[in-house]
Amino acid sequence: MARVLMKGNEAIGEAAIRAGCRFFFGYPITPQSEIPEYLAKRFPEVDGHFIQAESEVAASNMIYGAACTGTRVFTSSSSPGISLMSEGISYIAGSEVPVVLVNIVRAGPGLGGILPSQGDYWQATRGMGHGDFRILVLAPSSVQEAADLVMEAFDLADKYTNPVMVIGDGIIGQMMEPVEFRKMVDPETLPEKPWALTGARGREPNIITSLYLDPLELEDMNQRLLKKYRQMEKEEKRWEEYNISESMKVLTFAWGTMSRICKTAIDDLKKEGVEVGLFRPITLYPFPYEAASEAIEKADELISFELSTGQMIDDIRLAGKGRDVAFYGRQGGIVPTPEEVKNQILKLAEK
Amino acid sequence: MVQTIFSRPESLRLVPTHYCPGCTHGITHRLVAEILDELDIREKTVGIAPVGCSVLAYNYFNCDFAEASHGRAPAMATGIKRTRPDLIVFTYQGDGDLASIGTAEIIHAANRGEKITVVFVNNAIYGMTGGQMAPTTMPGQVATTCPFGRDVNLAGYPIRIAQVLSELVTPAYIVRVNVNTPAGIPKAKQALRKAFTYQMEDRCFSLVEFVSTCPTNWGMSPIKACEWASENMIPYYKLGEFKTPDDPLPEGAAANGGDENAD
Repeated sequence: MARVLMKGNEAIGEAAIRAGCRFFFGYPITPQSEIPEYLAKRFPEVDGHFIQAESEVAASNMIYGAACTGTRVFTSSSSPGISLMSEGISYIAGSEVPVVLVNIVRAGPGLGGILPSQGDYWQATRGMGHGDFRILVLAPSSVQEAADLVMEAFDLADKYTNPVMVIGDGIIGQMMEPVEFRKMVDPETLPEKPWALTGARGREPNIITSLYLDPLELEDMNQRLLKKYRQMEKEEKRWEEYNISESMKVLTFAWGTMSRICKTAIDDLKKEGVEVGLFRPITLYPFPYEAASEAIEKADELISFELSTGQMIDDIRLAGKGRDVAFYGRQGGIVPTPEEVKNQILKLAEK
Repeated sequence: MVQTIFSRPESLRLVPTHYCPGCTHGITHRLVAEILDELDIREKTVGIAPVGCSVLAYNYFNCDFAEASHGRAPAMATGIKRTRPDLIVFTYQGDGDLASIGTAEIIHAANRGEKITVVFVNNAIYGMTGGQMAPTTMPGQVATTCPFGRDVNLAGYPIRIAQVLSELVTPAYIVRVNVNTPAGIPKAKQALRKAFTYQMEDRCFSLVEFVSTCPTNWGMSPIKACEWASENMIPYYKLGEFKTPDDPLPEGAAANGGDENAD
């Protein structure tokens, strides 16, 4: 397929179709409503089904049900809606069925605002619902990467029978960029899921539940989940390194759109003779600690740039084994300019 | 010559019951299982268990099953039926689950016309959590969170789900039956047969509300509980069909592209 110019949200919808997903259950919320709108229009062309739920609580339980039949399914929402979905996500994780969800983050807390934010980093990586579980979190920084990661998210969800979230700030959802889609996956060619609810014809009934009243059985489930998370940590860490070298004065950290602003600042500073690197985690969970650690060893100073009050700093400190991490961020939907970023880096470089 | 005249339906497993003595869940489970057998749909049926006394329904029914979060069984059923319309999908829900925490999900599943069957057990109390007031608790009825009896000035009158849902235009079949009297049981089975048959015929949403008992949390013997339900619940929770697929569309419903002949 040739390159096409597309809005991020629409590219996300198209990528889901190309991954073999034919079912979307969701509820409108700014700034992600173009995803359900795109699918409502596009799905009939590929025999897909769009169902508008009565709430995000219901949507998360609809995708739970849909996933139980072994079907590829996804939903999208934005911050307040994701909070409502946390009920279903916890049950989905506990029942070990695969779903993909997209969070186009807006500024909070509460009703907050509708402008871009990265304020759901903690929620996505640490607090996606009650109980002892993790979800895989993928963070694209361009429309192209959003499309690629959404397609990959479906494979990862199936591989781990676990929820996978693609998280983007409002800029990823709203901006238009050229995108080239990967080959269309035929849903008919996907591997069978023997655990799915398909009717107990000629076999014992399949039961999908997250209820284990026997503490030993529940602990077994917790241990099974832990094993999956350890495997994710071994096999799924993704990151990008930009201009990282022994000669850099400052190493910046940023994820999603913020990383692109950092790159512009880094390019400008290079021309001025100041060497600055960027470490961008693509998987927010599992966070690429080892790779980040290696990059950190090469830098004199560390700084995190985020569209929040600084939620990734915890992970950078873990990677840096407690080293100081400077921070610059804007909130409320305000996005720092490359100039702002440059000034912060220079202040640190002159220390 | 030995002739079998009564046996366990294939759709029920041979397991000891965890329900309290005199609880009517056993009757309702058996009726559902008999219908699955008689309609020969066990092997293509998916049930959804609620949160409440029947949370372990999948231990009894011999068909594929999922366990929903509290009140969300109709949303889960929506996900299952929409992705696999060839399956027969039913939810089994109590009154705390369906009539309190799950009101949004049941109303919208019914209003979208999800092609599912809902088995709704109304015993006017929260059973599993230990006898708290339900939205269906009768005025004056004592429960652990209304120790002086349900005060309608504080808690309003009990919600009558069959009536509420039958106000919606979309659902195909809404009926209330009872399992606290021998005479009620065959009628209840008849209603269940209709509800599942309508789903097999691809007609939309059906709900069968069962007036049921909870001897343990009502603090009564099983027989007294059956009598109490007849005396106190049935006059308020009237039995009968509230909506059938043959009901005409209300005036104005067809004005914007609606089909006069739709179910």
